[in-house]
Amino acid sequence: MIQPLTEEKRFTLTQRPEGLIETQTLEVSIGPQHPSTHGVFRMDCVLDGETVVALKPVMGYLHRNHEQLAERMAWLGSMPYTDRLDYFNSMTNNWAYALAVEKLAGIKVPEHAEYVRVIMAELTRILNHSCVIGFMLQDLGAWGTPLLYAFREREKILDLFEAVSGSRMMCNYMRFGGVRVDMTEKDLAVARDIISRFPRFLDEFEKLLTTNEVLLARTQRVGILPKELAINASISGPMARASGVEYDIRKVDRYGVYGRIDFRVPVGDIGDVYDRYYIRVLEMRESIKILQQALRDIPAGPHVAPEVKLRNFKIPPGDGYGRVEAPKGELGFYLVSDEGGKQPYRYHVRPPSFINLTTLEDMCLGHKVADVVIILGSIDIVLGEVDR
Amino acid sequence: MEPIETIKEVVVQAVAGAQLEIVKSTPAAQQPAILADREHAYAVGKFFKEDPRFQMDFCSCVTAVDFLPKGDKPGFIEVVYHLYSVSLKQGPIILKVRAPREVEQCHVPSLTPLWRGAEFQEREAYDLYGVTFDGHPDLRRILMWDEFTDYPMRKDYEPPADYEWEPTPHDDTLQRAAQAGGIMPPTAREELEKTKKK
Repeated sequence: MIQPLTEEKRFTLTQRPEGLIETQTLEVSIGPQHPSTHGVFRMDCVLDGETVVALKPVMGYLHRNHEQLAERMAWLGSMPYTDRLDYFNSMTNNWAYALAVEKLAGIKVPEHAEYVRVIMAELTRILNHSCVIGFMLQDLGAWGTPLLYAFREREKILDLFEAVSGSRMMCNYMRFGGVRVDMTEKDLAVARDIISRFPRFLDEFEKLLTTNEVLLARTQRVGILPKELAINASISGPMARASGVEYDIRKVDRYGVYGRIDFRVPVGDIGDVYDRYYIRVLEMRESIKILQQALRDIPAGPHVAPEVKLRNFKIPPGDGYGRVEAPKGELGFYLVSDEGGKQPYRYHVRPPSFINLTTLEDMCLGHKVADVVIILGSIDIVLGEVDR
Repeated sequence: MEPIETIKEVVVQAVAGAQLEIVKSTPAAQQPAILADREHAYAVGKFFKEDPRFQMDFCSCVTAVDFLPKGDKPGFIEVVYHLYSVSLKQGPIILKVRAPREVEQCHVPSLTPLWRGAEFQEREAYDLYGVTFDGHPDLRRILMWDEFTDYPMRKDYEPPADYEWEPTPHDDTLQRAAQAGGIMPPTAREELEKTKKK
């Protein structure tokens, strides 16, 4: 017969009453092959029972010294290689690099090309956010279904990318002063078609997820990131906005033609995993608004600035920093040119997901080890960019 | 934002003894930077963060640049901080600090106590450039493995010939094969390349 626990014997592992039981912490290494780490990323966790008491991220397994490779190439030479940073969003990577070089060299981009860039960047944001939600739910245990719903939509956008740039994921589409090839009327019609269908998918997606009991139970009040810490730790993108930081580089810098486009910046208030999920849904809805305006207003004109030379492209000595609002956060390029100016003397990438990992430990402390997986999923990391 | 000369004057008055210089960017970029001396870099950063006119609460990008000696001018490592203000939506203020290239003397004050966001980025600069950030809470290698000894992003770095070599149980066999004129173990290859260079 099972004896009911007396008052003095009733304890949990975390409370640890003196003299009753001796517990010890356990060090667990999650990764680098664990599927929930989205690549080769490792977390050194110290667990007390199932509760995380310390966590150190370990990265560098995919380090290929991207920056040094770029410093040995001409300016344009590393454009295809920026695709491989965040291989989900090659279009915005291209744009960030092109924008930084245009800043250094003082190149003015034709209006038509700016609109094409906005269209491509917002399509990228939609496909990234929908897939990230899918991956996050995969981490929660919803095997496959939400992810494949997202992938079905992603495939339509990737087909358009392939039609325009020749490649589904490694687009290599932007050039200094514009884009490589123009979008035809047919491509624009396909983009309009995608946009007109997308809200229906989002409604369906939200119906399945937003008020889902399991999702609410697993994500609300988990992995809270306070606003002050988010700003101090240089967190950017949807993750910062979920914590209530009202900062969007599209609004602040007004690069490209974003100054002319009417859209709102959704902001969360708690900063938990649920907010990070929902902020992405809202951002997709805003992206659709941006796309509708861009596809309506796109003017005719050249797709690349005619004065920019492809060969023997040079930049006067000096440095400069250009940044864009990539789907994962602030993606910036710091470039230094020296005498000669044929290739970058220094080429530095400011990768958003690498810096967003700074607060991983703060968000995980006190949570169960199963929550670590979804907290990591909600940060939205890509190891090609973290390790470079 | 005010012009950089005004900002410099403001900082000189606020931080006693700070030696500041203005470093120009490319003519088109229009992003001049403030170069602070190593002793006062932390105080200058603190001023930018706390002063109500600037409120630089967001340390966006931290990196290092290696400048080789040119003629009589000695080389140096330059650490660059890009500061933005989220609350006032302004920026960037670019703060630069220079240190000698010799690894033992390449020390700069860490700004991680001011901005947590510099934590991983300063670790990266330490890892790839060998800049020691004094006051950093956890200065370890981040991208290269812990046993690595050199600083690969420096301009005078030469990768070892056997950089992919790791000890295997076949070393003896390879050694014997090399003696018999067959496949060469990487260490022997390195020596051969050295003689070729001479």
